[in-house]
Order: sequence, then structure tokens, then C-alpha cells
Amino acid sequence: MNKPSGAELSSRELSMRKLSRRKLITGGIAAAAGVAGLDVAARLAQKYGLIPPDHGGFYGIGETLNYASHRLLTRHSLAREFSRSQISKPPFANEMQPLPEAFHRLQAGGFADWRLSIGGMVARPASFSLEQIKSYPSRSQITMLQCEEGWSYIAEWIGVPLSQILQTVEVHPQARYVVYFSIEPDWWDSIDMADALHPQTFLAYGMNGGALPVGNGGPLRLRIPRQVGYKSVKFITHLTVTDDLKRFGKGLGSASPEGGYAWYAGI
Amino acid sequence: MDRIRLTGPAAILHYKNKKVRGERPHDSTELMPGRRGPWYHSRVGHSASIPSAAFSVPAATVAVRHSALVRVAHWIATLCFFALLLSGAEIVISHPRFYWGETGNDLTQPWFKLHIPASRKLVPTGYGYVLPDQNGWSRYLHFQSAWLVVFTGLLYVIFGLLTGYFRKHMVPAGSDLSWRALARSIASHWRFQRPSEEEAWSYNVLQRLSYLFVIFVLFPLVVWTGLAMSPAFVSAIPAAVNLLGGQQSARTLHFFVSLALVLFLLVHVTMIWLAGFWSRMRAMITGRAVTIGERT
Repeated sequence: MNKPSGAELSSRELSMRKLSRRKLITGGIAAAAGVAGLDVAARLAQKYGLIPPDHGGFYGIGETLNYASHRLLTRHSLAREFSRSQISKPPFANEMQPLPEAFHRLQAGGFADWRLSIGGMVARPASFSLEQIKSYPSRSQITMLQCEEGWSYIAEWIGVPLSQILQTVEVHPQARYVVYFSIEPDWWDSIDMADALHPQTFLAYGMNGGALPVGNGGPLRLRIPRQVGYKSVKFITHLTVTDDLKRFGKGLGSASPEGGYAWYAGI
Repeated sequence: MDRIRLTGPAAILHYKNKKVRGERPHDSTELMPGRRGPWYHSRVGHSASIPSAAFSVPAATVAVRHSALVRVAHWIATLCFFALLLSGAEIVISHPRFYWGETGNDLTQPWFKLHIPASRKLVPTGYGYVLPDQNGWSRYLHFQSAWLVVFTGLLYVIFGLLTGYFRKHMVPAGSDLSWRALARSIASHWRFQRPSEEEAWSYNVLQRLSYLFVIFVLFPLVVWTGLAMSPAFVSAIPAAVNLLGGQQSARTLHFFVSLALVLFLLVHVTMIWLAGFWSRMRAMITGRAVTIGERT
């Protein structure tokens, strides 16, 4: 390119300077508005419970967008239900870690001594046997269990809505999460109250007309059909109602983020 | 964008015509009549001028080829594409089997499967080993990149529609859409002919059609089929998955659309290579393109 003449250069420089001053001012205003907007957005998100416990770190932004957008979009929506003819045959059971000795002892006794204890922010902490849980009116849903890996199956799930049990123990109004624990060591997870009180969130003890097979989480598993499979923790023994997830594990809401998986799994 | 085409020999010609008509341009901007929307404004300052006192052809004419928004959007999309491709491939490895309909798992017959090892024990791959599970960060990265590229894409499309960018740069001229013109363009591509000088400033008809197809067909499709796999999303909008024939169909379609995007990437990079890799890269990085005198 030809070198510009002196006069041209200075006039160009001048226009560049004007341009950069204008750019600086508009850029400054835009940046300030952006920061203020983000601050307002963050406050609103906090207020309306749109921030997931694993919001920190590099992937926190995407995770927060997933959770917040889904909460706004799906607070009351129902997972798709299927017809009886769409139930997968044969039913699929995923691979499992070897179960602990305590499980085998309970299994030998026909799970007669299996207990589900509930504590935390509830008026009446309680411990239920399977028989007591089954004494509540049973409900069923034919929904899909889809794994984050890509496979899926449809089954009829029989159980009692978690909301029914939470109603029985009288959850404090300021409660925000339900933390649930498996008999498998270090396997626990949590859901917000929108999911905990959702009509399709079940404590499931039956499947396809029979008892819930051990391979599918029997005798008792959680079913959260609006999230992928790993949120539906198997072999549930304990629930804690809380308003703060920081006190559990590493404070990320469940064992999943500690293993690198997202807390919210609606996608 | 008329302005852009008036650099190089065309600009000289234009200048000469003005001279003949007794007009005298004051500076380079005069040479470049056209729109003065905010998006185009910055071009003026960057465009190299043709010295007003000389008629000699400059050794090289440098002007803005791609606006800042297009360049930033292009590279964010590139970054996201590779992140999505890497994490997507990683997720596929955990279950390299594809189905049609609502459900599919290791106990059902797949529509087709990829003959690669898997990162899960239960998948019957025929390989004697299992790859390490990397789905945690892959899923985080996949969704994070998806958000970024969707926001960027929306911004790009809104600006493109508001400023007439698509109309001017992407929609092919009616005359280019005749079978004869298309056949000529396909033939010249088939013979790997170097693009004409003019093509450094404007997209040819096949480029326009493929870019339009990627932006307005493949990109929305890949987002749609992706969202159709989300159990929460389809609880609110069941039609998103029902229209595709089921959740596993959505997954299979997502895979095919991704393959189409990879095919586009390969052709795109090959064409850039044939047209002059560094000049096209420079145009997309700095915004400037060198036309005359350059032979990369």
C-alpha cells in the first residue's frame, strides 16, 4: 500500500482520534450499563432461585443459563407420558457398582427392615418402612428414563409422589431443597422445591406392574422424569430438607458435580 | 457494500469516469458511495485511499472486507464449533449406537452403530477395553458452547437482517440462479479454478447458497434437535420432540446434522485454502483484504 501523504495522515489521525473518543464514551456507557444489568440480573436470579449450586467455575455460566432458563420455562410443565404399548420390552437395567453389605442384609430380609428417614427443615422428622410408604395412595406414570449417555427406556413407575411424604412431615416454608441419600456410600443428590413438589416426582417402589427390581433401583428409588437418569438416585434411605446446600459435601448440591457432572440435569 | 467493490481497478475506473464527467473526488470516501449505516461507518476510516494527485495503479489496495461484527461472530462460532464437536464426539463415545423412535438401549436393535470403542462397559462394541468416562466436562462444555454460539448467532442474524447484510451478501442475484449460471459455477469449482479477483470482495453463488443453508437450515436444525433431547425442554414444548418422531430420532438427527456441519467445515476450509489461505484468513481476522499485486 502507498504511504499516505502528510496532510492525509493528519486528517486521518484526527478522524481516528474523534472516533476513538466517541467510541470510548459509548463503550464506557455500554460497559457500565452491562455491568449494572448483570448485577440486576444476578440479584433477580438469586431472589427467584435461578442460580444452581454449581454456578462457580468456568462452566458456571452455561450451567446457570441451563437451570435458570429451564426454571422459567418448565416450572409447572409435565414430562411426556406414554401409552402402555410403548413400554420398553425387555426393561433395561444399567450397570451398577457392587452394592454394600448393608444392602445385602436388608435384601436377605425381603427389605422388611428398609427404612426411609426424613429430617432437616421439617416439623415432624420421621422414619418410614416400605410398608408405611406403600400405605399411601399409590400413583403410576409411564415415563421415559433417559441416560446422559444416550440410551433410554420407557417404563411404568409405581410409587408415591414425594410431595405427599413432604406434606406428611410438614416442610418449613423457607425450605428450598430436598437432599436425598442412597444406601450406596457417597451417592447423594438434591433437587429444588419446584422439582420436589412436582406431581411426577415419585418415591418409586414398583415398575411395570411388579416390585421395583434391584437392577432398576429397588426397593426404593427417586424418579424425576424431567431430568436425565442420574438424578433419579437408586436405593433411597434418607431425605434432608434444607435451605442451604453449602453444608452438604463440597457444597455443590450433589455428588454429581464432585464427579464432574452438572447438578441440574434437565438437558 | 457497493463501496467495497469500488476499490482496486474498479475504483480507478470509477475515478476516471468521474474525472471525465468533471467531478473531482475529495478523498477516498468519495470514491465509495453507498450506505452509511453505523455498521459500515468504520470502513471509511480504514479504507486505503487512491492518491488524489496520481492516476497510477497502487501496488496493492487494502480495504475492509469483513465488518467487525462478522469477524467476531465468525471466530466465536469457530471456537464454539470445535468445542461442540469435541464434546459431542466425546458424548457419542459413551453410547455409539443410534436408534429411530422414542427409545433405544443396549437390549434393543440399533438402526446403526459406529464401530468404535465405548466409554461404558455395557455397550457391546467388540473391543476388549473401555475408554475413560469424560461425559461430565463434555456435557458442561457442550451446553456452555451452545449458549455462546446461539447468542452470537442471534446477534449476527438480527444485525444481518437489520443492515441488509444478508440481502446484499448472501441472497444470490436472480441471474445467478439460472441452471446455466449454477452449472458454470459448479464446473469452475469442480475444476478447482482459483476464484476471480472479484470474489475476494463478494461471495459467489455457491458460497451464498451454502452459507444461507448453514445459517438458516443446519444451524436452527442442530439447535432444535439438541433441545428435543432435553427432558425438561420437551416437558414444556412436547411438539419439539414429537415432530421429530421421538427422543432417539432427535438424537440420531442431531448426529446427522452435526455431520453435515462437519462436511461444510471441510469444504469451507478447502475452498479457503484454494483461494489463498493467508489472504482469506487476514480478511477474516483484520478485516482487510489485499487484492491487487498479491499472489499468495
